[in-house]
Amino acid sequence: MLTIENLSVKFPSRFGAFTAIEDVDMVIQPGEIHGLVGESGAGKSTVGAAVIGLLQSPGYIASGTLKLGDMDLRALTPEQAHAMRGDRISMIFQDPQTSLNPLMTIEDQLIETIQAHSDVSTSAARQRAVDLLEEIGIKNASERIKAYPHQFSGGMRQRVVIALAICTDPDVIIADEPTTALDVAVQSQVLKLIQRLAKDRKIAFMLITHDIGVIAQIADRVTVMRKGRVMETGDTAQVLGAPKHPYTRALMDAVPPLDHKIDRFRVPQEEGAEVEDALGQHAEDWLLEGVRGASTGLMLENLSVKFAGPRTSLLRKPEPYVALDDVTLTVRPGSILGLVGESGSGKSTLAKVVTGLVRPSGGTMTLGDAVLPGGKARPRNHPSRQLVQMVFQDPYSSLNSRHRIRDILSEPLWFYGFVKEAEARERLAESMLALVGMPPDAIDKYPHQFSGGQRQRIAVARALLARPRFLICDEPTSALDVSIQAEILNLLKDLQAKFGLTILFISHNLAVVRQMADDTAVLRNGRIEEIGRTEDIYAAPQADYTKSLLALTPVMDRAMLQARV
Amino acid sequence: MIAFLKRYEGLWLFVHSPAAIIAAIVATLIILGAVFAPWLALVNPYDLASFSLFDGLLPPVWQDGANPKYLLGTDDQGRDMISSILYGARLSLVIGMSALAIAAVLGVGLGLAAGYYGGRFDAIVMRIADVQLALPAILTALLIDGIARGVLPPSVQQDLRVAVLTLAIALSLWVNFARTARASTFVQMNKEYVQAAIMMGQHPVRVMFVHILPNILGPLLVIMTVDLASAILLEATLSFLGIGLPADSPSLGTLIRIGMQFLLSGEWWILWIPTLFLVALVVSINILGDFLRDVFNPRLR
Repeated sequence: MLTIENLSVKFPSRFGAFTAIEDVDMVIQPGEIHGLVGESGAGKSTVGAAVIGLLQSPGYIASGTLKLGDMDLRALTPEQAHAMRGDRISMIFQDPQTSLNPLMTIEDQLIETIQAHSDVSTSAARQRAVDLLEEIGIKNASERIKAYPHQFSGGMRQRVVIALAICTDPDVIIADEPTTALDVAVQSQVLKLIQRLAKDRKIAFMLITHDIGVIAQIADRVTVMRKGRVMETGDTAQVLGAPKHPYTRALMDAVPPLDHKIDRFRVPQEEGAEVEDALGQHAEDWLLEGVRGASTGLMLENLSVKFAGPRTSLLRKPEPYVALDDVTLTVRPGSILGLVGESGSGKSTLAKVVTGLVRPSGGTMTLGDAVLPGGKARPRNHPSRQLVQMVFQDPYSSLNSRHRIRDILSEPLWFYGFVKEAEARERLAESMLALVGMPPDAIDKYPHQFSGGQRQRIAVARALLARPRFLICDEPTSALDVSIQAEILNLLKDLQAKFGLTILFISHNLAVVRQMADDTAVLRNGRIEEIGRTEDIYAAPQADYTKSLLALTPVMDRAMLQARV
Repeated sequence: MIAFLKRYEGLWLFVHSPAAIIAAIVATLIILGAVFAPWLALVNPYDLASFSLFDGLLPPVWQDGANPKYLLGTDDQGRDMISSILYGARLSLVIGMSALAIAAVLGVGLGLAAGYYGGRFDAIVMRIADVQLALPAILTALLIDGIARGVLPPSVQQDLRVAVLTLAIALSLWVNFARTARASTFVQMNKEYVQAAIMMGQHPVRVMFVHILPNILGPLLVIMTVDLASAILLEATLSFLGIGLPADSPSLGTLIRIGMQFLLSGEWWILWIPTLFLVALVVSINILGDFLRDVFNPRLR
């Protein structure tokens, strides 16, 4: 049994001590999966690091008790703590790519770990390693064990990481975002494995995640954290189904449901709520004045993209790698088309083809009623350069960190020749900031002075200042916390309705697409598996792939949770 | 005050690094001394009328037989050592800095373009850079010097010595800039703000210089400082070998070469004082370069 009482962790810095977590209480019983959920900066990972004694220097435990059974974890000497790690408490990290040593075989890594904690012969350790791999579902384990990490797929690799964590028979495993880097199908397998291990081996899991769907699916109890403090703790069904704390309630409201469509997310206090609407009026008028005629649609016919593959011989041409294969789809004018798919399915390549960054190897594109040349064939002054704008995934890299917001927002106005005078450009930029819910004094600052959500608003403002008719949003919220995601999705919906924008909305998150899109296309390995009205696809998917995607996505079914309370 | 320092992290590191402070003071004093040499120096070593052979070979003041007027003694021509060094440093710094400027413009321009366009252009530029790296700087300088001697009429050769030397040094330094700029540009090319700019249809030159360049300035600044030291050393080496500047317009390297004749003669100061001065200048610039690298690379902190 892991007991955490009044735990506080501080990070001293040159400018005074920063309290990362404060007064955290938590009890995890053997065999229990305890979800630890919160947004970035909530201190979830710090709790895990404090328990296993791997707080990043100079962080230290300021007060509180940490007990594993009767053992006081804080009283251990460094040597004792080292022996305890792995033996009684293990850890599973987020990224299986980096948590295994790429130069050692799986066998060596497992045997090394087993022998570090128990005095057994190498052959006995090998036997145990093979048994373990079989237990966690790796077939043909006695042969596969000789492989190197890169010869395993992402999900298999995460299984090996789990095998490493359980090979010493620990009491507690801390799993820090164990499935965040995985696609849904693999995620569901790994989650099932964790569930089985908790039940069969009576291992207590601390499951740290930001994904409430994952918690709803497998956690027995859950603790909600915010800014280093525990907001609410209790049975999963009770906390998620009937949240008591207002923060938990707001968090639940922000999670996009998969099974039905809601008009707007309820957002308690929007970051930009204090901005008066009057300021944004100027930008709104300016945008509406640019809207002439009907909305612009996009048609892709038999579009394919091939990249040069790895060269295997000096003489032969390398085999091409097919990123998009015969893609045909239509984005109806004034509608939102959602494009879903797992990593590597070609979603981003599609966006790059439409924007002209990647040259298609075949097929045609039609924007409105004009053919859209692809790649370098599209001149720099082509009208689509202005009509098509993009909101990128990562708001930390999509704004030039060396330019002020003023320069970032004025650039499209100057570049497309919309506004000649610098002062008028600035006034319009300020107004546009207000329209996307940012205070106008943001204009003097640099991007790093804003949070991820605020930056994404600025990125939206920049796209709008080009007076686009067609907006591509490539995973616009996947780098953001759910409450911020809800705000940005609301903003996009509002803007789309107001200005009749046509939007291509790319996401790996089925629930988000359900909330946003009128039509949905499912992409897999560069091919369209299914395309149609969003309601139809979610209600009655035709393709097997879509069915399995929908079935495997962890969901938070509120009605079911409430029934369990 | 704390808020101010927090904002300027580099400044905070600076006031807490004695080595950087000392290096900055030494470098600043030398550079100021070189800039204001005509006002500070006792004699003008280029003006034969301003010194006298009768003052020749006077030792520094702490030795017997010194003239207190010449703090660090005089050379065989009767030139005040301090004056020679200040004028010499002036010339060394002018050559070093202009060589650096040429190398930076050439290297950063080519590196940016190589990183931006990639493919064949990148391959050609980088292979040229590889060839350049295979040639030692001295060889490059000898080559350019030789070409200059062959091509230019003798009447202008003397006047163009400085230009030839500068060009030779610049040619051996541009590779550093090109490689760093190219590698950093590659990283930036994948950033979405660059893709946004390209998508808009902005001219490649604008994307390179307005968008990418400000984001790769950090590492380039570090190279610039470290290479300034290299440039000064290179100039000294070339002048020492006699390829550089003639004895009548002495740079630091020329001073050291002249001093070599007195190495075993007891007049040690003629060699050692300019040498120590050169070491102090180069070491302090290098320490500043190291410090800058720490500031720009948070992982090393």
